[in-house]
Amino acid sequence: MGTRNYKRKTSHSENGPGDGGRTGSWRVERPILDKSLCIPCKRNKEACFICWLFCPEIVISRTIPPKIDLEYCKGCGICAEECPTKAIIMVDEAEFSKEDKE
Amino acid sequence: MHIIEDGNAAAALGVKLCRANVIAAYPITPQTPLTEKLSEYVESGEMKAEYIPVESEHSAMAVCIAASSAGARAFTATSANGLLYMHEQVQWAAGARLPIVMCVVNRAVGAPWNVWNDQQDSISQRDTGWIQMYCADHQQIIDSVIKAFWLAEKVSIPIMVCYDGFLLSHTFMPFDLPDQEKVDAFLPPFRPAYALNPDEPASLNTVTLPDVRIDVHGELAHGYMEIRYLLQEELRASLAVAAEADKRFTEIFGRGGDPYIEPYRCDDADHIAVGLGSLTYQLRVSVDALRKEGIKVGVMGIRFYRPFPDEAIANALKGKKGVIVFEKALSYGYEGALASDLKSALYEHLAGTGRLPLVQNFIAGIGGREIRTDDLTQTLRAATQSRIAKEPTWIGLKL
Amino acid sequence: MQAKTTILSLPTEEFVHPGTRACTGCGLAIAYRVGLKALGKNTILVVPPSCLTVLQGLFPVASTKLPCLNVTFASTAAAATGILATLKSQGKTNIQVAAWAGDGGTSDIGLQALSGAAERGENFIYLCYDNEGYMNTGVQRSGTTPIGAITANTPFKGKLQQKKDVPAIMAAHHLSYVATCSAAYPLDLYDKIVKCKDMPGTKYFHIHIPCPPGWGYDPRYGIKVGRLAVETGYYDLYEIVNGEFKLTAASEKLVEKRKLVPVREYFRAQSRFKILTDEQIADIQNQIDAKWAAYYKKDE
Repeated sequence: MGTRNYKRKTSHSENGPGDGGRTGSWRVERPILDKSLCIPCKRNKEACFICWLFCPEIVISRTIPPKIDLEYCKGCGICAEECPTKAIIMVDEAEFSKEDKE
Repeated sequence: MHIIEDGNAAAALGVKLCRANVIAAYPITPQTPLTEKLSEYVESGEMKAEYIPVESEHSAMAVCIAASSAGARAFTATSANGLLYMHEQVQWAAGARLPIVMCVVNRAVGAPWNVWNDQQDSISQRDTGWIQMYCADHQQIIDSVIKAFWLAEKVSIPIMVCYDGFLLSHTFMPFDLPDQEKVDAFLPPFRPAYALNPDEPASLNTVTLPDVRIDVHGELAHGYMEIRYLLQEELRASLAVAAEADKRFTEIFGRGGDPYIEPYRCDDADHIAVGLGSLTYQLRVSVDALRKEGIKVGVMGIRFYRPFPDEAIANALKGKKGVIVFEKALSYGYEGALASDLKSALYEHLAGTGRLPLVQNFIAGIGGREIRTDDLTQTLRAATQSRIAKEPTWIGLKL
Repeated sequence: MQAKTTILSLPTEEFVHPGTRACTGCGLAIAYRVGLKALGKNTILVVPPSCLTVLQGLFPVASTKLPCLNVTFASTAAAATGILATLKSQGKTNIQVAAWAGDGGTSDIGLQALSGAAERGENFIYLCYDNEGYMNTGVQRSGTTPIGAITANTPFKGKLQQKKDVPAIMAAHHLSYVATCSAAYPLDLYDKIVKCKDMPGTKYFHIHIPCPPGWGYDPRYGIKVGRLAVETGYYDLYEIVNGEFKLTAASEKLVEKRKLVPVREYFRAQSRFKILTDEQIADIQNQIDAKWAAYYKKDE
């Protein structure tokens, strides 16, 4: 099947997620949230959300608790670095692949 | 209504009649009076359009590209180095399939600086994916501008309307000024397939991969090669659409016919002179003179250079002994581009007949060197008698 | 005066999809994301080739939810002009046109078209995201690469020339609004864009963008590095409203504090400055101190 009947004649892109593929596969370290340290979790109200603000990949939700979409999270670690209570730590992905194997 | 005006005014009046929405221009001789005229129409309120006095030709075409992408009927005009400076944008407009119309007021390119006429500027843009029309008089200029907007919007391909600097741009000639109602009947408002719009967002001209790729709806979309193939395919097919444009134009305005080529005394001729633009009308004088001597010669003007009307040209030259190509441009290092294209068309369509006309190539009027009709007559006479030279021969050279 | 936006009052609607091709920890991705929130849905974008071209996606997929015209490198501001002219001819007055270009596309190849558009007073927002080099082509020097930075084509000696002051060039066009911002201060960027939206003519933004591969730091430190540039007084956040210069946000606070972090800390956080000697750093520190002494004096 070719593209003869494709609706466009030019480079005309429509928006959707994952243009770069499942960018979670780029990750070397995985962010892990400790709810006991997370400010909105502890207070159980909208607060802080610095991780949400600075996430370059828009994979952290502004919810209680903040959820991290690992399908696309590239593991940059900015959330962990900027978290004022160190509630997010970066863990070597190898730990999880071991887990997956077990 | 018949009026007497110069060629640049003819072009400007055509653009006004076509109700262009956005005009962008940068001054360059001999184009300047055309866009000055448009700025007068816009500033006086005679024409409802946005006139952008940009800071370069590169930006002039950028404005047209963006305006057309946003749904406007866009126009610009330039000459010589201005056209060369826009080259990147010229390619872009074609690849983005935007129906921009641009007048190229033909002028020699530097170095050295020269403001006078030849056609090296537009010929050097031959391979950009634009349609190129060449005009031989003021009536053709205004009519071509009107036809160009219709054709460009029909096939989504930009068009250059080329006419000779000074020889046409700055000389006065009578021509018929079409009625606005008739132009409106001929040319409906521009309705693009897509125009940039927040309610229907799309990202245009994004990086496109060598291979095909699935889109967000799961359909297989083109790769770069398919998009470029479609440009070539639809450029070739636009010849037929140009004939349709000419037919509609003739119905409404009562003039037209011969959309691709303009033959003069060719039917019984043994030798045909071929060229682009005003030179072909000058050659008519030589043809008339030689006919009086009993030499059976005719002249054929080519109105569409891209897409190249190879079949129409070959058919018109079938059975002729010789073809004498006069050009105001050169593919440096070989010969005139038109001569090469013409030979290719003859080979393609007539090789099987076993009778290929002899093609000779003459270069004239480079950098505005005067082309004397006597010289043309002499050259034509000599070329009908024997093969003058294998290499392209320069007329009027004083080395 | 508009109230300062906080994390909690920042709109949650996103205009960029996750899963872009931007590098891990890309500073541009942060500024772009927040910048689009400020520009809003009724916006048409213009983008020349740059890192953003890659971030925005490859045909037929776009990662941005706003309409965007990709244009040639030198033509960004002229293309914005073409869209504005069309919107005007169509009587559409409620659509914002915004151009996002890199520092090469702004300070070098795109400067002529930008200057032309600004001089004509084209009514749009131009945002230069300055990662201080041609990062998309593999980290070559640009007009805004700072002195001393190693790039792919200043490989051993680092760049020998000063960074071009593009906001000052743009201010010389008598614009209604010129602002500097940083990816490390996204809320400041947000507020500045919202503030200038209804101002006449061309509005110019210069946004400092930390770039992990280009600057040589671990991606997790992107915000820290960006913040250090401001806290050391090396990169100043300011706005020029109708010719009136004013330090803003974190830079304004530095004037109150009268205390800068030593610039050495900024340089030592990045490998691109590794060849800077102590003498060179001291020299740059002196220049910074002189600049800030003038700021303090103005404040007195």
